[in-house]
Amino acid sequence: MSAPVTALFRPRTLNDALKMRAEQPGATVMAGGTDVMVYIESGTLKPTAILDLWGCSGLRWQQSITGGQFHGAGLTCTDVLRSGQSHPLLEAAAATVGAVQIQNRATLGGNICNASPAGDTLPVWLALKAEFEVASVRGRRRIPAASFWQGYKKIDLRPDELFLGILIPPLFGHTHFRKVGTRLAQSISKVVFAGRYNPGVDACLAFGAVGPTPMRCLKAETALVAGAAVDDVVQLVREEIAPIDDIRSTAVYRRQVAGNIVRRWLTSL
Amino acid sequence: MNVRFRCNGRAVEVDVPPMSRLLDVLREELRLTGSKEGCGEGECGACTVRIDGEAVMSCLVPVCQVDGASIVTIEGLGASVVHPVQTAMLQHGGAQCGICTPGLCMSAAALLERNPHPSREEARVALAGNLCRCTGYQKVVDAVCASLAPEGS
Amino acid sequence: MSIGTSPPRRDGLEKLSGRALYADDFRPDGLLYGATVRSDRAHAKILSIERDPAFDWSDVTVVTAKDLPGPNIVTLMTDDQPILADGITRHVTEPIALVAAPTRERALAAANAVKITYEDLPSLFDPLLAEGHDVRIYGDDNVFKRLHIQHGVRTDTTSHLIRGRYRTGLQEQLYIEPQSMIASPRADGGFTVRGSMQCPYYVDRAVKRMLGHDRLNVVQAVTGGGFGGKEEYPSMLACHVVLLAQATGRPVKITYGRGEDLRATTKRHPAIIDLATLVSPEGELLELHARLWMDGGAYHTLSTVVLSRAILHVGGPYRCPFFDLEGTVVATNTPPNGAFRGFGAPQAQWAMERHMDRIARELGIDPLELRWRNLYREGDVTATGQALQDPGAFAVLRAAEAAAAAPVVRKTVRPGVENAELREGRGIAMAWHGCGFTGNGEAKIRGKVALEVRGSEVAVLSSSTDIGQGTETIFPMIVADTLGISMDRVFNTEHDTGIVPDSGPTVASRTAMVVGGTCEKAAQQLLGRLRKEHGEGDFDSLLQRWRAADRGLLRVEETYEVDASVVWDPETYQGDAYPTFGWSCVIVDLRVDVDTGEVIYDRVVTATDVGKALSPVLAEGQIEGGTLQALGWATAEEVVLDARGCMRNDRLTNYIIPTALDAPEFVTALVEIPFAGGPFGAKGIGEIPMDAPAAAVAQAIERAVGARLDSLPMTPERVLAAMEIR
Repeated sequence: MSAPVTALFRPRTLNDALKMRAEQPGATVMAGGTDVMVYIESGTLKPTAILDLWGCSGLRWQQSITGGQFHGAGLTCTDVLRSGQSHPLLEAAAATVGAVQIQNRATLGGNICNASPAGDTLPVWLALKAEFEVASVRGRRRIPAASFWQGYKKIDLRPDELFLGILIPPLFGHTHFRKVGTRLAQSISKVVFAGRYNPGVDACLAFGAVGPTPMRCLKAETALVAGAAVDDVVQLVREEIAPIDDIRSTAVYRRQVAGNIVRRWLTSL
Repeated sequence: MNVRFRCNGRAVEVDVPPMSRLLDVLREELRLTGSKEGCGEGECGACTVRIDGEAVMSCLVPVCQVDGASIVTIEGLGASVVHPVQTAMLQHGGAQCGICTPGLCMSAAALLERNPHPSREEARVALAGNLCRCTGYQKVVDAVCASLAPEGS
Repeated sequence: MSIGTSPPRRDGLEKLSGRALYADDFRPDGLLYGATVRSDRAHAKILSIERDPAFDWSDVTVVTAKDLPGPNIVTLMTDDQPILADGITRHVTEPIALVAAPTRERALAAANAVKITYEDLPSLFDPLLAEGHDVRIYGDDNVFKRLHIQHGVRTDTTSHLIRGRYRTGLQEQLYIEPQSMIASPRADGGFTVRGSMQCPYYVDRAVKRMLGHDRLNVVQAVTGGGFGGKEEYPSMLACHVVLLAQATGRPVKITYGRGEDLRATTKRHPAIIDLATLVSPEGELLELHARLWMDGGAYHTLSTVVLSRAILHVGGPYRCPFFDLEGTVVATNTPPNGAFRGFGAPQAQWAMERHMDRIARELGIDPLELRWRNLYREGDVTATGQALQDPGAFAVLRAAEAAAAAPVVRKTVRPGVENAELREGRGIAMAWHGCGFTGNGEAKIRGKVALEVRGSEVAVLSSSTDIGQGTETIFPMIVADTLGISMDRVFNTEHDTGIVPDSGPTVASRTAMVVGGTCEKAAQQLLGRLRKEHGEGDFDSLLQRWRAADRGLLRVEETYEVDASVVWDPETYQGDAYPTFGWSCVIVDLRVDVDTGEVIYDRVVTATDVGKALSPVLAEGQIEGGTLQALGWATAEEVVLDARGCMRNDRLTNYIIPTALDAPEFVTALVEIPFAGGPFGAKGIGEIPMDAPAAAVAQAIERAVGARLDSLPMTPERVLAAMEIR
């Protein structure tokens, strides 16, 4: 069903995009459309104005820069998988998003800004201590991934800002990604995990689909770095996450599986 | 909005609301009804077409985004010569009720272009966005893996 | 000869090229789009149906029960289900009004603008409480049907009493093409209905009764899957589009969105099955007592016959000297349940196979050994007193074991699972399945097939539709081989009730065996007629002589006649329940992730007695597809209802069916124990693939991680919880 959209903006350049964003702060921002179109079809979104970034240059690139590796917001999951230059955690997450047809359209920026608590890539950004670059006509700013998701579907992006990309700093340590859904493709996460552990230095245990936002288990991380027993770390993980019963799974299952995944990973190191 | 694109090698122009689903434009405006709607939310893959070579769910693509693009639908896949995957699907019994078949063929064609010799597991990954309720996928995978030798090779 | 080979399916190229026309692909001139206004209450009086005055109704037509030309009944088995609810609604999503408008968007908007006020009535959802409950949904006591079979001789030898309760949930057919139907007015004041359906004559009868006249023909469009879900439901949808076409004088199409299709259409009956067996110390079954309850939902649909098939299959492929089997199907305030591949037999045999595993566990006998000891043998007598001829139980078991001897090639696990602990398990289960209608069903229907010689070609006229299983290919093969001509010269006509005779419905694993058999007899009749007139010779030379004699149209019609030796008493449920049985054995190799309870299917071996594989590729396709549907039922597919009985997970993102990645590699062995009553020995195979796999999965999970599960589906949540109890 087509929506009664009265205004469509299709900037070709980033500058134009930022100008349009400033003039149309109420417009729905769309890239590959894989979320927006579903919301329109189901009637949960009735946009009157659309800012379409699909054809906007300057968002779909990937490069090593000072301070780490930059991923443009417009990169699709397929771009990530084909480049061979992305972090293995990100590759693993991108490969589990929907299926090929979705991966061909779904963008990193879209996954981040859609802010579904079950978004497959979101724990990865937490685990990798990524910084998000956003911009408006007023200028640019960087936001740590950990403070970007502020509540259920609530993100730190001002009405005139656009999401430009992600900076992944150089980090060391073991990493692990695991998504648990009910099937192996076309699945929405029941639990999704991304972990990074640099013994004696730092650790990051990040989950999706176990709370209103993707989240880290800070107490468990601290205990892990301090050399706590795996069972204690697992116990803290289960205490820190806040899963609910919903149509896809139960809080009990999510809590148990989250702990099991962490235990399995840490004991396999 | 006037949208111009190439569809199955032909230049087309449609005047439709910009957020119209590509699937509806194909089916209703261009009367290309080979792309099917099974769910309307990008889960079943029955509406799969190729945009600039990539397999996509046409129910999730607003038509404004294909302005200037080149689209191939099932009607264009084997238009002049039957595509090897179509031949193999016929031989191996990969089609039953047929409603998911066009989408499966489009996903398979996109796979075979990048990877002419897929393993069974690679074929399964490439077809995982196309739900089929009839075949159990066995004969579809058989067909995709058997269509790796197009004529002349 | 084409029989036994696998020619490309007739409709294959049309489907592969996108040219095949499904119902929603039709757009006749002047088409209007229909939409359905549905109840949002489980049980309520309908106080008023009003149009929102703020909505623009100028181009919209609204139809309610008051506008019906004839009886407000969806004609099927009983007369309980209205075409449009009138005064009372008995389940959520029940149709109350219809709208037609120039576009789909307008129609949906108009449907939303029809406002209904209700007075809620108490509702009832527990099938175990339904009988005699104060909330009356059907008849005096909410019982659609109770069936009791007792047969055999009780024994007084030393025995163990073993009891268990087993459950199965709702399952959605999930044909990928949602329900779709178009009605077009004809010049004579009647209508042509074209749509997605299994049974054109069910639709034909239902619409004619509503109209009160016979000016109607029903044509099957290419149909994107059915699995039983397009057996009876399309009759209601056809009545709806005809009502709108009559009210507007224009063609009207209704195509359900996926959500509406999931919420409103029929599902597999949930079942609760209590089994109690007396078993000898050596593991021989001595007595089987079954008490089975099924939830029929708010209207009868086909519940009586689903129950009957469940009871007739509940003993599984096992001999037993004494059966005491009772089943009850009751009404509740959920949307009606209906036909789905297997038709009660999968639920019943899930219970029996799990019960066999329980017996094995309690007696300390290997589950496979237990089955060996009890499988039906030649001459054994079933619960209906039917003496079995050529039972294939041992043959399929041996074939499956042989096929499973090859090493299992395990799937590569995806990134992220490389460090998981995956425990392997193998499970084996068996099933039997009565082919064709139960009891005297065929004798009542007397299905017909006509053949017409058109030029050098032979047209097969039947109402047996191709819903993917291959009727368009199989019938020409049977007729061609019988006539001794190339199958290229034989084709099925369109399945149009204005042209074709009533061959009976496309259900019950009867199409190839019963109607295919009628095709064979029709071809023999055709040859016989030519030979009677023109002496000996092959078909072509005889046809030449017929032409030379200028004898005009060459047409024969054949009616299926039940073999006089088949005896069935519908009162006592004693006699020959089915003309023959198919047999199957399934061996599942899977792995369970001990951290998540997820199941990875590596390989599924099936061995199925098909009588004769008319087309091996088509037969394998039926079995593989049916088996995957059963695997979905086993571990993934769960219908979650809200407090009103409405399906909450009404999307393909949350009603989970298997993808290509979830499917195992199939090894499909076809065992051929010919049935003299089927064409070339063929038996029905459409449904048997649904029967055994779930139980094999349960056994494999039990072997892998010790989780004992007696309820379906065995979701990861339940597997993990069952592991913990251990």
